[in-house]
Amino acid sequence: MSNIPADLRYAASHEWSRLEADGTITVGITDHAQDLLGDVVFVELPEVGRTVTAGEECAVVESVKAASDIYAPVSGEVIAFNEALGDTPELVNSEPYAGAWFFKIKPTDSSELDKLMDAEAYGASI
Amino acid sequence: MGSRTPLYDQHVAAGAKMVDFGGWDMPLHYGSQIEEHHQVRQDVGMFDVSHMTVVDVTGTEAKGYLQYLLANDVSRLTLAGKALYTAMLNEQGGVIDDLIVYLMQGGYRLVVNAATREKDLAWMHAQAEEFAVTLTERSDLAMLAVQGPRAREVAASVVSDTRGALINDIKPFQGLADGDWFIARTGYTGEDGLEIILPADQIADLWDALLAAGCKPCGLGARDTLRLEAGLNLYGSDMDESVSPLAANMAWTIAWEPGEREFIGREALEAQRDAGDQPKLVGLVLSERAVLRGHQKVIVEGIGEGEITSGSFSPTLGVSIALARVPRATGDHAKVEIRGKQLPVRVIKPGFVRNGKPLFD
Repeated sequence: MSNIPADLRYAASHEWSRLEADGTITVGITDHAQDLLGDVVFVELPEVGRTVTAGEECAVVESVKAASDIYAPVSGEVIAFNEALGDTPELVNSEPYAGAWFFKIKPTDSSELDKLMDAEAYGASI
Repeated sequence: MGSRTPLYDQHVAAGAKMVDFGGWDMPLHYGSQIEEHHQVRQDVGMFDVSHMTVVDVTGTEAKGYLQYLLANDVSRLTLAGKALYTAMLNEQGGVIDDLIVYLMQGGYRLVVNAATREKDLAWMHAQAEEFAVTLTERSDLAMLAVQGPRAREVAASVVSDTRGALINDIKPFQGLADGDWFIARTGYTGEDGLEIILPADQIADLWDALLAAGCKPCGLGARDTLRLEAGLNLYGSDMDESVSPLAANMAWTIAWEPGEREFIGREALEAQRDAGDQPKLVGLVLSERAVLRGHQKVIVEGIGEGEITSGSFSPTLGVSIALARVPRATGDHAKVEIRGKQLPVRVIKPGFVRNGKPLFD
C-alpha cells in the first residue's frame, strides 16, 4: 500500500504539495508515483526565479523505466529547488515526502491549493 | 492472468513486482532494479528464465536440418557440450529469432525466446518436413540463470558432488548434462555464470537452496540493463524479421563457409553483403544528465539519421547508454534528440561493460 500523508494536497498527475508556515508551497512526487517509476536516476528541476502556471511542465524525472514530466500544481515563482537530488536522485524512491522534495513555489494565489485533492480523494483515485 | 513459471510462488514470497512479459507473469524487480544489477556485477544473482522455450532436435538428419535452418553452422559443434549462438532467418534474410544451440548426446538442444515461441515452432516444423527429424518442445523443463563473479562458487555449493565438480570444471560457452539436469556456462549479463535447465518440479528446491546460500533474486529489469551494458541484443528491440543480422551486429554469427552449405536467407544475405549498404548497430554513450531510450532519433551530421533500438541508464557506469542502428559510414560522434534537444553522444562498438569493468576509455 502506498503512503499518502493526510496533511498534503495531491494532483492527479501524482505531485504532492505542502503549504508551509511562511506561505510558500513545497512540491514533490508521491510514494505511488515513485513506485510506478522504479529506480530514479536523474531529476531535472526548474531554475530559481522561473514563473510557472498551474499545470505547466516544469521538471522531468528519469527512471530506469521511463521519463516522466512533472507539472506545477499551483501558479507562482520558483524560489528554490532541491540540490540534493542532483547527486542522490534515489532519495525520490526512499524518501518521497521528505528528503526528495523537488522545488518550492511562492504562489500567486494560494487558494489554488484547494483545487487539488486531499489524501482521501487521491487514495481513492489510484 | 498470464502463464506462470514453477517459481511463481517464490517470486511472490520474495516481494516481486510482477509484470506481463510475452504472456507470462514475470518478476520485474524485487524492490530495486539497480541494486539487483549491482548484485550480479559484484557478487551473484539469479533469474527465473523458465519462460524461455527449450526444443530438442533429434533424428538421423538433425544436423543437416539445423545446417539448413540456421545462419551459423552446427558442424562447428564438434564435441558434445559445445554451444553456438545463431540467428534463424527468413528467406529475405530477416531475423525470425536468435537462439543458442547445444550439441548433446544423441541430438541438439535449442533455447529460443519466450515471446517468439509460437512463430518459431511453426517455422521450425514447416522447415522440418523435408528432413528425418523430431522436434520436441520440453515444457517439462524449467530454467534458472545464476550470474555473477561468484555464480559458479555458490551454485556448486548447493548441488550434488558430481554436479558441483561439473560446475567447477565447465568451460565458458559449454553445456553439459548430468542426469536430467543440463548445466551451461552461458548467460545474458556479461558476467561469468550458469544457465541450468532442469525438471520443472525441481527448480523451486534449487531456488530455495541458492537463496539460503546468499544468491539474490533478480528481475527482468536488471536482466535488461545487464544485457545492454554487455552489448547483447534483445530480440524485438534490436532486431526482428525486418532486420538483417548484418545490421544487428550479428555478422560474426553467419557461417559463410563452406560456400556450398545452403541455409535459409543465404542468398539475401550475400546480396546485402556485396552491396555493402546495410546500416550498422553501434553503442552510444551519453555524458549529459538524461536517459537514452528506444526509438529516439540519432543524427549523424553530413551522413544521415538512425534510431536507438534500446537504451537505458547504465548502473555500472552511471551514465546512459544505448544500442542504435545508424548509417554504415557513421564515425565516433553523433547526436540524439531528447525532448526537443540534440545532445552529443559518443559512438562505440556495442559492448560497454564486461566482467564488472568498462570496455571503453
